[in-house]
Amino acid sequence: MVTTRELSVRYGTKTAVDNISFRASAGEWWMIVGPNGAGKSSLAGALTRTVPYSGEAYLNERELKSYSHREFARKVGILSQNNSNIYAFTVDEVVSLGRYAWRNGYFSGTDAEGKDRIREALEKTGLTEMRQRSMLSLSGGECQRVFLAQVMAQDPQVMILDEPANHLDLPFQKQLFELIREWLKTPGRLAITVTHDLNIAKRYGSHALLMNEGKAVGCGPVDEVMTKENLEQVYDMDIYEWMRESLEMWDK
Amino acid sequence: MSRGKIGQKGKRDAFRITEGVLWTLLTLLTATVCISVGSVSIPLEEVWRAVFGMPVSRASWESIIHWTRLPRVLCAGVMGASLSLCGAAMQGLLRNPLADGSTLGISSGAALGAALSIVLGISVPGMAAAGPAAMAMVFAFGSLMIILMLAYSMDRSLATHSIIMIGVIFTMLASGILSLLITFSGEKLKTITYWTMGSMNGKTYEQLNMMTGALVICGALLLTRGRELNAFAIGEENAMHIGVPVRRVKLQVMIAASVLIGVCVSVGGSIAFVGLIVPHMIRLCSGPNHRRLLPRSMFGGAIFLMLADLGARTVLRPTELPVGVVTSMIGAIVFIGIFVRSRKGGKGLW
Repeated sequence: MVTTRELSVRYGTKTAVDNISFRASAGEWWMIVGPNGAGKSSLAGALTRTVPYSGEAYLNERELKSYSHREFARKVGILSQNNSNIYAFTVDEVVSLGRYAWRNGYFSGTDAEGKDRIREALEKTGLTEMRQRSMLSLSGGECQRVFLAQVMAQDPQVMILDEPANHLDLPFQKQLFELIREWLKTPGRLAITVTHDLNIAKRYGSHALLMNEGKAVGCGPVDEVMTKENLEQVYDMDIYEWMRESLEMWDK
Repeated sequence: MSRGKIGQKGKRDAFRITEGVLWTLLTLLTATVCISVGSVSIPLEEVWRAVFGMPVSRASWESIIHWTRLPRVLCAGVMGASLSLCGAAMQGLLRNPLADGSTLGISSGAALGAALSIVLGISVPGMAAAGPAAMAMVFAFGSLMIILMLAYSMDRSLATHSIIMIGVIFTMLASGILSLLITFSGEKLKTITYWTMGSMNGKTYEQLNMMTGALVICGALLLTRGRELNAFAIGEENAMHIGVPVRRVKLQVMIAASVLIGVCVSVGGSIAFVGLIVPHMIRLCSGPNHRRLLPRSMFGGAIFLMLADLGARTVLRPTELPVGVVTSMIGAIVFIGIFVRSRKGGKGLW
């Protein structure tokens, strides 16, 4: 579904992503992991076409750059760390905007399918009761759920998430990732998540791309990539030992 | 939360035809009142008779209406509608409730352009008003580009306050150059207050037609960008994600707003804060959805500036105030109100 071949991202002379190749298929949940500055977000930026890249990247065997804005938005939904809200839009207004790429012209309203998608997205994310609330009255976790609902209303085949749970409390993180896991159960869908949280990656991912200094250290099924040796090499510390110690502290 | 609810209870979020008709009637009523009130009071029905070319009780009324009040009031209306529509659009596009032609420095740039064309004698044959208007448009767009580039180089997130600060500095610079120009131009340019505070005195039908033309073309473009502006107001990145052709829409809105502001400033000088006050009021009552906000701001702006102009010429009769004085006094208070609220983290007000 999503394939890259020797994809690189450069800012001036600095290379943020260095010749990354991978192939992600429907039904999989890819986790892009690695330490700060590894190039995770730049890679996500290239895949979402927000950052210029060199090399090749395909969606359904078609070069990413060849899609129009609307075509791309119908195929790929993106959830990032959202910044603060300034205006008092309602939950409904934000979620309905997810149908933007499916509309034809200014005067056509949302069609029946669009309305179903919006209702479904609100239901799945538990926002139906809150649909008339102002975005300014919501907590960070609720806001992020609204934007997830927007992506769901967009009805994409691929969902790309860039640190979607940053700054969220544990229950909200769990809620968010469970919702995405639920979304992935429909056949023909793919999720790609950038996260620095190794627990999340291990728990939810089916595949992982472990990056360090722009290069891929490992690429494939989570259990093969996120090994003791690979993580130790990338993070320069014994991650397993650290986690075991943490657990023991709780067990006391 | 209680705010911003009116009008959102309805199922459709767009501006309805019935509402448009109501606004049009209200605008026409305001215009009629503004034409009838003044140093000489004219009864309302006589105003309508004169406008439709029917015989009027006194001949002097007819000439007052046709040659003084009608073009003046209509110019104020069209200008108010344009400035307010531009303000609403810029506030959405830049995600900044303080954005307006005057706070960003676009108006003073445009005033400089218009004054420059008069001093240098740049003109379009057959249409006296077109030379200054064209220069004002170019300068308006140029100013907007310079301000955005400076703000962007200082602070990549284009934060509310840094962009306004650059706007203020730019305004001072442009006004300084303008004053210099006026000092050296002698009789060619009218007084400084005309360009810096704005005035609705002595407007012609030619100017009115030019502004109306600009409003019809650019207004149509802006009014149909409601959904895109909603997306920008939520976040430019979000707009990109849902499939808005971000760069194209941004350029369209900026050009349309610059053209409108340029034409308005070349005719009436820079009238401050109209584009700030009106959209802000509308947002308080009916929420930030641009599909409603834009048309409502347009009508609201027309009504507001006609009334402000009425105030400017009647409050201290027989002395006439520049209309910009009236709008600035109201605008400054509203501006401070928004500023304070946004510093506090702005919970739930617009």
